[in-house]
Amino acid sequence: MPAIAALLPCGTRLHLQHGPIDLIIGAVGERQTAFAAAKKRFTGLLEELVAELPALRAEMTPATPRPNGEVALRMDAAVRPCCDEGFVTRMAAVAGGVADTVLAAMLAAADLDKAYVNNGGDIALHLTRGQRFSMAMAGHDGNDLGRIVIGYDDPIRGIATSGRHGRSLSLGIADSVTVLARNAATADVAATLIANAVDLPRHSAITRVPANTLDADSDLGDLPVVTRCARLAPEDRIRALHAGKRRAQELLTRDLITGAAIFLQGDSVATFAPDTLSQRMPEHA
Amino acid sequence: MSERVKPEKIRCDACPVLCYIAEGNSGACDRYANHGGALVRLDALTVIERSDPRLVPFMEGASPDWDGDIVKGERPFITAVGAGTTYPDYKPAPFIVSQQIEDVDMVTVVTEGIFSYCGVKVKIDTDRHIGHERAVVYVDGEPIGHMMTSEYGSKMLSLGGVDHLTGGTKKEGRVTCDALLRLCNREAVKMTIGEAESATSIVVQAGRAPVINGDEEKLMRVGCGSAAIGMFAKQWFDHVDEVVVVDDHITGVLSEHQAGKMLDVPPTGIRIRGRRSTPGRYFQVAEPGTGWGGTDIQDPLVILNDFKSDVAWPGLRLLMISTTGEQYAYFELDADLTPQPTEIPSALKTTADRVSENCEPSLCSVLFMAGAGGSLRAGVTENPVRLTRSVREALTHVSCGGAQAYIWPGGGITVMVDVMEMPSGSFGYVPTPALVAPIEFTLRISDYAALGGHMAEIQSVEEVTKAELRKLQQDADSHDPLARRNFRWPREEER
Repeated sequence: MPAIAALLPCGTRLHLQHGPIDLIIGAVGERQTAFAAAKKRFTGLLEELVAELPALRAEMTPATPRPNGEVALRMDAAVRPCCDEGFVTRMAAVAGGVADTVLAAMLAAADLDKAYVNNGGDIALHLTRGQRFSMAMAGHDGNDLGRIVIGYDDPIRGIATSGRHGRSLSLGIADSVTVLARNAATADVAATLIANAVDLPRHSAITRVPANTLDADSDLGDLPVVTRCARLAPEDRIRALHAGKRRAQELLTRDLITGAAIFLQGDSVATFAPDTLSQRMPEHA
Repeated sequence: MSERVKPEKIRCDACPVLCYIAEGNSGACDRYANHGGALVRLDALTVIERSDPRLVPFMEGASPDWDGDIVKGERPFITAVGAGTTYPDYKPAPFIVSQQIEDVDMVTVVTEGIFSYCGVKVKIDTDRHIGHERAVVYVDGEPIGHMMTSEYGSKMLSLGGVDHLTGGTKKEGRVTCDALLRLCNREAVKMTIGEAESATSIVVQAGRAPVINGDEEKLMRVGCGSAAIGMFAKQWFDHVDEVVVVDDHITGVLSEHQAGKMLDVPPTGIRIRGRRSTPGRYFQVAEPGTGWGGTDIQDPLVILNDFKSDVAWPGLRLLMISTTGEQYAYFELDADLTPQPTEIPSALKTTADRVSENCEPSLCSVLFMAGAGGSLRAGVTENPVRLTRSVREALTHVSCGGAQAYIWPGGGITVMVDVMEMPSGSFGYVPTPALVAPIEFTLRISDYAALGGHMAEIQSVEEVTKAELRKLQQDADSHDPLARRNFRWPREEER
């Protein structure tokens, strides 16, 4: 299947899809030019990544050589500062890296007041003075987990969400972790690492299987990924959440991220305060 | 010959990632999966190919360039099954397809709608009592709907609806959504009707007989007890002195019934427990249940009082039978005028068998009912209310997975469709919870433009059918959403 590009029915958002990449792109300003640039950059992007896939799927250490492609370089730059935090591959930043790359191509071609590239929940942002971006955090069961509003003055241009119910496999039990950072690739890898840290080793409520039994090509190899987590006692939930929060604080102290919110079985901890005014179900009709 | 070992993983070549996919798993994109060693697209569009197997060339050896197609045959209708939805914006945009039909440029706007306002109406063909009107229907202990009315030979359930989906607890919504999804995809759902001791357990599956308290229902009743007397009186009266057709609604008695009077059947002195309606017709002979004719009885004699001694006679022949003919018993009165079970004469047994022969098989029917809301209509046109008006004026035809949808009168676009008419696996869900169902709007290009349609998004049918598709043959008798008769265009405006 070739790459697909289509304007969504609203006429103001572009959908780009190729293989596992699904981008929803919005832009305020020179939209047509920006969309044309996004389409152009997206062409061949997956092939570019696939060319270096075996290296990108391997565990990263400080000695790992740099890759060649633009997306791969963004992934490398985001993951390298974290590669002493335990097992990680550059694939932890692939979704964010793609979003950052496409947004950069749009900004190079068009004058935009505001833009976003949403790659399945990993979002690269562009804001000019006076512009704001607001986002709803939703749980995997559709619950509203609160709102995040980002302004021009906030040092945040990337948002990522990771967890057990996403597309990727997780070493931890977090339902979801949302991270704010300076770009999408950094937010992406940080969300993955924090989600992995939300864990209760050897707890009987947690079922794990080697990652490669679920996905033969998984970059996690035979590491045990969580497939099920029964309802935990309140003290266990708090313990797991705080393990995640410690990881988030380390990344915050090193100035790699701006904030994180961690959700597990109805409880949450955050290093920023999500605006949880609205708890009602989203409406469709 | 070496033994062929079926590879347990397949290589997906749908995109450059080239995932190895194990049996039962999907690739990194969640769009392609290994299904028994074959690569399948999970969200394939379904195209119903219009071809009529009943059509044959009327002249053998006719001109070879004529394919025997006397209508505009072989024209595909793009359904919305697998079209994807624009909410919450991570799936491809829906398809807006144009094609020429009978010289009219037609547009089909194909989308999978997310319906929070949806449910099913279920018709269960049974005479058994499965619950009182307004009794709550439970699945996994959660209320998902209620009993509605008793209809002729059937019971109606109303399941789902927004109050159960999003108005109750989270678990209630999830269980309701799951039950609706399975019913709509023609799977079996086990439910309980009513409370505690009076609860009835029932398994409902579209197109199959209901299973009530573990027993599979077989037949619909031939009619009410009174109607059965009317239908079979002539066949009975040669062989028997009295017939009682046991029915929870109206129990019929041959000798007292108008049909018996016409045949000069003499009075037998029979006395029925229950409330007499008109001669030979009795209400409430027993409590409702899952026994004879929808009553709670297993022994039919319990509905009889003693025979009148001045009218009845020893040796009087009595047939008692249920409205489906599934239960019957033959008695003769002894010297004390007490009915004694006796072997049924073969001629009479034939009439009993004929009652069941005349019963239709019992089925569960599931009709999906939903409202096309604001966001769905906005996917079709920039001015949603005009779509509603256009549907009202019959300029736009609505179908679900190519199946005919009944549009309710009044405001909004509230549709009802038989899930058996739709392609299998047409339904999905989102965790809101809400169902995802295909819905297609078909109209003329000129009408589409007039109501503010997304003209720039229109693709030709050839473009759409180039993609990977699931193709189904259209049944000759099934609905054709593109037929001229669906539309209320004035004659002169057709072009």
